[in-house]
Amino acid sequence: MTTTLPIDQMIDTTNGMISREIFVSPDYHREELEKLFTRAWLFVGHESQIPNPGDFFVSRMGQESVILCRDMQGKVHVFLNSCRHRGMKVCRYEQGNTSLFVCPYHSWSYTTDGKLQGVPLYRVLYEGQLDRAEWSLIETPRLHVYKSTVWASWDPDAPDFMTYLGDAVDHLDQVLDCRDGRPGGSEVIGVHKWILPSNWKFAAENFLGDTYHNPSHRSVDMIGIGPSARAGQSGRRDNEYNKGQHVWVSFPQGHGVHSVWMPEGFDYQPSYAQYPEVDEYFRHCFHERKTRLGDKARIMPFTGNLFPNVSYHGRQPRGLCVWHPHSPTETEAWRFFLVDADAPAMVKDVLRRFYMRYSGPAGMTEQDDMENWLYATAASSGPIARRYPFNYQQSLGAFKRNDPLPGDVSTQITEQNARNYYDVYARYLKGDGWDSLLGRGDAVRVAAE
Amino acid sequence: MSAVVERPRGLAWFQLKQEVEDFLYMEADLLDQRCFREWLDLLADDIVYFMPIRRNVKFGQHAEKENTRQGEGISWFDEDKWTLGKRVEQILTGVHYAEEPLSRVTHMVSNVRLLDVTPSAEDPAEVTVGCRFLVYQNRVEYENYTFIGRRTDTLRRHGDSWLIARREMILEQNVLLAKNLSILF
Repeated sequence: MTTTLPIDQMIDTTNGMISREIFVSPDYHREELEKLFTRAWLFVGHESQIPNPGDFFVSRMGQESVILCRDMQGKVHVFLNSCRHRGMKVCRYEQGNTSLFVCPYHSWSYTTDGKLQGVPLYRVLYEGQLDRAEWSLIETPRLHVYKSTVWASWDPDAPDFMTYLGDAVDHLDQVLDCRDGRPGGSEVIGVHKWILPSNWKFAAENFLGDTYHNPSHRSVDMIGIGPSARAGQSGRRDNEYNKGQHVWVSFPQGHGVHSVWMPEGFDYQPSYAQYPEVDEYFRHCFHERKTRLGDKARIMPFTGNLFPNVSYHGRQPRGLCVWHPHSPTETEAWRFFLVDADAPAMVKDVLRRFYMRYSGPAGMTEQDDMENWLYATAASSGPIARRYPFNYQQSLGAFKRNDPLPGDVSTQITEQNARNYYDVYARYLKGDGWDSLLGRGDAVRVAAE
Repeated sequence: MSAVVERPRGLAWFQLKQEVEDFLYMEADLLDQRCFREWLDLLADDIVYFMPIRRNVKFGQHAEKENTRQGEGISWFDEDKWTLGKRVEQILTGVHYAEEPLSRVTHMVSNVRLLDVTPSAEDPAEVTVGCRFLVYQNRVEYENYTFIGRRTDTLRRHGDSWLIARREMILEQNVLLAKNLSILF
């Protein structure tokens, strides 16, 4: 696979300049769908959404509608939601339980493991021609369930998911693990879906480590909407990370995170001021987690983005976001909200209320993000605007490798995560092999020391 | 339901309906005139303000599964007066960029029906009102959003006016076709 697009001219991470073209041009949008979304590991859903045989949840992978389904034997599959005969969606319900997916168009039907079962008038019209075994629903060749989250790739040659995730796993774990450090144990308590008129990469970049955009959230910080705001505290979340070293870490696979490396012997910071029960619960979890995880408990999460389009919030709030491109200037956003499945009802209630007032289109914090992404996209679309690249020179070269955590680590606010992300992005668009996409043998990645 | 839907409807019923309609139109006008604090004063301290997320479900499952539920999981809005107060406070900071500059908004309210009155139309302490809403939002230059749906309000008698004790908004959308819900319904 090669490309005719001048990608190296568009993405110059050495000097910190990236063309606006990749945010607005239909050519790049098409190329992303062809070369990036058909290969990268993408988040599809969560096992808590499909606990029983026959359960399904209709999801998306890039532009495609897919069905996440647990078959009658309990195995998890991801299918393209399109009949093999004429392409009609075989499922237009969002979630449910079924033994068959029956296409409304000509009534071909498929079992929950994807096999073509029913073909009306088969004997008369198809006998001897149609081999049903060859016409199952199209299934992702790669699927991996990690701590209840389901990931899939359309590329049969993709590396296994854990290799793809790399050292970013230590940060993703802070999202997926129980608050007391037990592995996994999260559940999805709801999904937001909405349309935003902006390029999907603005959203991904926002979570990747763009802490610099903090001033755009001034209004919520002034009025206070955090878990302790009812007790009069300002800010949009509790100050859980007092005395911690903020770190911005990028990984060779394109992932980037903003976490905090807490000092040795760090202690619990009182939170949820209006809710003693909830504060007590988190205090308990905090100490359990420290005992369980030891030194690794020092990693506390803010946000991150797993290449290419899966973003997360780690604690306040907590969830996964997926940015599905509709066009260069339109994105369908899905947010999956997470809590510990076995958390007390009172804790879940306080969390869900906080999540709703913080997140998504009705969230007081993120509304301002959406405004920024829309007008950044709109104001970059004109031929004059497109002559002038975006500036990505922030903290250029200011990072250390594997210190104090694996990855390229900055201890100051940086655009290194974004520079790294677009390096990897460029390789996908150039059709590079997986060695390159995983950042192996990379000459560009030079530590600043 | 209640006595008021039974016929014949007396004069008190029609007077009450007119009074309730006038209240809803006045309330809508406060929002459209950007009198946000005055609008907050119309909300009961224990108000429930709820907009579910609506899902595509199989025939026969609508009652059970179409809408997310108040009090559990995630909805578009499931909040109280404190949070609504915060929304107003945020707009009034002047740096809530999703509403700065302010959107132009018109609330249309129609199909007003009295669904329940207690204890009676002659002496109403609480009224449940059904209506349709069409909220038009125009933002900055080219942004246009139309939110259409059904609303059920519970109004509580407060002197010679009313307080809104409950508002349930059923927006006729699945994937939200707007970047934000930065306006009040």
